[in-house]
Amino acid sequence: MLDLRLYMLQRITALVMAPLVLGHIAVMIYAVQGGLTAEEILGRTQGSVFWFLFYGSFVVAVSIHAAIGLRVILHETFGLTGLALRGVTWGIAALLLAMGGQAVIAVTWSGAA
Amino acid sequence: MNGSDAMLEVSVWRGTTSGGAYQDFEVPAYENQTILDVVSWIQHYADASLTYRFACRVGMCGSCAMMVNDQPRWTCRTHVKKVLKGRKLKVAPLRNLPVIKDLAADMDPFFDKWVAAGGAHQPSASRTEPIPPVDPQDPIRVEASAGIECINCSICYAACDTVAGNSDYLGPAALQRAWTLLNDAKHDAKDKILDAVSGSGGCHNCHSMGSCTAFCPNDLDPMSAIAGLKRATTRRFLRGGR
Amino acid sequence: MRPARAHPLWLAFVLHRVSGIALALFLPLHFWVLSLALTRPETLNQFLSFAEQPVVKLAEFGLVFLLAVHAFGGLRLMALEWLPWSVPQKTLAAGAVGVAVLISGTFFLQVV
Ligand code: SF4
Ligand code: SF4
Ligand code: FES
Repeated sequence: MLDLRLYMLQRITALVMAPLVLGHIAVMIYAVQGGLTAEEILGRTQGSVFWFLFYGSFVVAVSIHAAIGLRVILHETFGLTGLALRGVTWGIAALLLAMGGQAVIAVTWSGAA
Repeated sequence: MNGSDAMLEVSVWRGTTSGGAYQDFEVPAYENQTILDVVSWIQHYADASLTYRFACRVGMCGSCAMMVNDQPRWTCRTHVKKVLKGRKLKVAPLRNLPVIKDLAADMDPFFDKWVAAGGAHQPSASRTEPIPPVDPQDPIRVEASAGIECINCSICYAACDTVAGNSDYLGPAALQRAWTLLNDAKHDAKDKILDAVSGSGGCHNCHSMGSCTAFCPNDLDPMSAIAGLKRATTRRFLRGGR
Repeated sequence: MRPARAHPLWLAFVLHRVSGIALALFLPLHFWVLSLALTRPETLNQFLSFAEQPVVKLAEFGLVFLLAVHAFGGLRLMALEWLPWSVPQKTLAAGAVGVAVLISGTFFLQVV
């Protein structure tokens, strides 16, 4: 169910995310010290072009990556094929992209900007 | 386990893909005994209608593979002592293939995929031309040589969970054959191989779980051969060659 | 029929698959909570204080662990596929898990 094109997409998004994941983990370790508040998180991220691009590209990459990954499992484990498989793959990608996009906008766009 | 006072309890699959059941046999245990000996004993002395396949009995032909205690094995070279659980043995036809009858799996899909992966040899020169020299030390030739001892027993194919989940997947043996030909100086049509292994059943489905390599009775390494194909196709992709 | 699967590479495969599924299921929840910042900041704060409970902390540790496992497992996979090495991959598989434990351990120590 993975041809060369999907394989390359999966690997390229993985490579894009490798540094982002490390950055995200580092931010988490730093951020959770002394508890989390909405103000603290938003104060750091809102109105920042850097965090917008950081988490924006993260969301795009993870939507594609997760959709392809789940596609493989849906086929191998649940026997989904053809149109249903394609539909679900696109659906997952679209859902994650929409929800992730909203989250990125909420956290980096509004407020201080 | 000496003489024939000790007995083995052997469950043998009887039936076809469309249905069947395990049948139990008591088989005398011997000091030196292979799984194929056990199956043959049943056919000779207990039930002549038992169907199974073998030819060389020395690990050359690749026709005797079966599931033994749920693991794929070449039965002519698997000693009973090595796999016995208590006194019990379970013998079944190879996994991931249709069953013709009893222990004889239908190898057609296995060989069809072997061809579909580009496995038929296409000479790069005709008989009137000089034979291209082959240097055994050449690194590319070393890659090809690593896979040529395949006896097409389908044990790797039976061990692979990706084949189990994705019936289009070409599988380890066919892909290893493709990698071998790709590195063979005497083979033409290399682009055709890369095309053949890049489709929806191609090498990119492999999850590198290594069951093929772990079970190959000839100690071959299909997983690394498939990694070679992934490398070659990735390189061609990045060069814009599709 | 299940052939023996208890070899390191197969376990690495399963770990990668299970962590991937878990992360994919967690993502929508994660996104939804963050979106609250825009729509209902009070709810987000309520949620964050709820996240101070030890049980939730433990779940967080699990998530960071999964993320690290999946990331390093993926790097291992790409190294295995694209770099022509064969036997050291087992060592790599073990190393990936080791580093993952280390990183998530650090995180755990920080929060407790
Ligand atoms: S390494 Fe690839 S071919 Fe070998 S058992 Fe795993 S998925 Fe199958
Ligand atoms: S690679 Fe090994 S296990 Fe697979 S068919 Fe060839 S000899 Fe048999
Ligand atoms: S009978 Fe030929 S390999 Fe076993």
